Amino acid sequence: MSEYIKPLPKPTATSRPFWEAARNHELMLQRCGACSKFIYYPRDRCPYCFSDNLSWNRVSGRGTLYSYTVVHRASSRAFADAPYVLAIVELDEGPRMTTNIVAPPADLKVGMPVVAFFDDVAPGHTLVKFKPA
Amino acid sequence: MSLKGKAAAIGIGELKPAKEPGDLTALGLMAKVSAEALADAGLEKKDIDGFLVGMPYADPGMLYPASAIEVLGFAPRMLNVVDIGGASPAGMIWRAAAAIDAGMCNAVLCLVADLNRAGDQRPPTVSVQREFEAPYGNIGANCGYALIARRHMYEYGTTPEQMAKVAVDQRANALKNPLATFNEKPLTIAEVLGSRMIVDPLHLYEIVSPVSGGAAVIVASPEIARRAKNPPVWLLGAGEAANHSSITYAPSITESPIKPAAESAFKMAGLKPSDMDLVCPYDCYTITVIVTLEDAGFCKKGHGGPFVAEHDLTYAGDFPCNTHGGQLSFGQPGLAGGMSHVTEAIRQLMGRGGERQVKNAALAYVNGNGGIMSEQVSLVLERRS
Repeated sequence: MSEYIKPLPKPTATSRPFWEAARNHELMLQRCGACSKFIYYPRDRCPYCFSDNLSWNRVSGRGTLYSYTVVHRASSRAFADAPYVLAIVELDEGPRMTTNIVAPPADLKVGMPVVAFFDDVAPGHTLVKFKPA
Repeated sequence: MSLKGKAAAIGIGELKPAKEPGDLTALGLMAKVSAEALADAGLEKKDIDGFLVGMPYADPGMLYPASAIEVLGFAPRMLNVVDIGGASPAGMIWRAAAAIDAGMCNAVLCLVADLNRAGDQRPPTVSVQREFEAPYGNIGANCGYALIARRHMYEYGTTPEQMAKVAVDQRANALKNPLATFNEKPLTIAEVLGSRMIVDPLHLYEIVSPVSGGAAVIVASPEIARRAKNPPVWLLGAGEAANHSSITYAPSITESPIKPAAESAFKMAGLKPSDMDLVCPYDCYTITVIVTLEDAGFCKKGHGGPFVAEHDLTYAGDFPCNTHGGQLSFGQPGLAGGMSHVTEAIRQLMGRGGERQVKNAALAYVNGNGGIMSEQVSLVLERRS
């Protein structure tokens, strides 16, 4: 297997529960106890109401394809294996995520249902990607 | 509080961008273009008492303004980096006016220069971008604008031909701009759509080319402006707004913070979009112009595509837009790309547009855009007759 050369997330005190859940193939989001909104990416305070009453919750992994681009020529050499699909997914719980859709570009349509899967890209590193539901 | 008529642009400098920077330096370009702006304004180095600068990617560092003023030999009473991406140059103009209005300075040099080499790679540098964007390949600006374009097409039926029209009309403008990087051949919609697909739906000719260059504008107090050798171009209105960095987390990906920024600028000026004689919207991509014209109120939301298709955006047309060619044809010398919209508006209002002069141009709208439609600065500028 060739070495994985793409950038990898470096978990922090704020984000570690998210990435640990991903390693266990679970999607966990913070939810604000004050305004009830789900939050992505992880924060220290709710970006909507600024409460620090945040809890971690397992969520469905279901959402819709909000927008996407087929990257034919990447701005970084690490992604020289383009084309790849970079997308925004709007989760059923509300937040949007930057992610990849793993599917033939011809099959994609804005607004289509998608579901999360967990890509173990490198030892100890799992990315949350999506495929058509 | 208002900055209306509190300061005026009295001199500009702008370098013809270089495709290959060779052994040029950003500070060297800053010296060259500062001298040009001083000569244009009829001021001397000692007259500059405010210094706003953009940090060049080619030579970044903490405490940048002090290094720059040491190299250039300025001794300002106000110095700062303005770090709002492509909106920095437009942002400098109102910051300069505010400093002048507050009595802190009399003549502010707004200065940007940078070097770009083909194939340069600029990974995201703030930790949350490294953590949540870069692993998925959202690196650089291309992807974000492609995501906006796709969603705009989905929500409003905007077409690739409409987007291409922006690049085509702006190229017609660039043919009359000796400073533009791409000023030799006209462009057709078929050529734009036939150019290489980079980030679907955006083609190569819908994306700015990184080049090397610099630009400077001197903003001065009314007292200095009244005795300036150029007709002063007065700041009538300004507005600034931001609500995201990555487009993924913007409240709307097709409606930008240009809306509140432009509303503030027009309100301060006491004018409306239809009063403008020309517009200089930031154009890192074709879709950027369409979204800007909508959000600034030149057409209804979602109608930007048909609007650019139906109007002639050239200097001789019914809706003069980026009469210098826009960055799509001028090239993007880092932040000096954003300054090109400011310098062009000033040039036109001073009546120095040459072959591309817009007849009787008295009022101009400028928008500066940073990041992925993230930071927005709108300006309304006027030449008083």
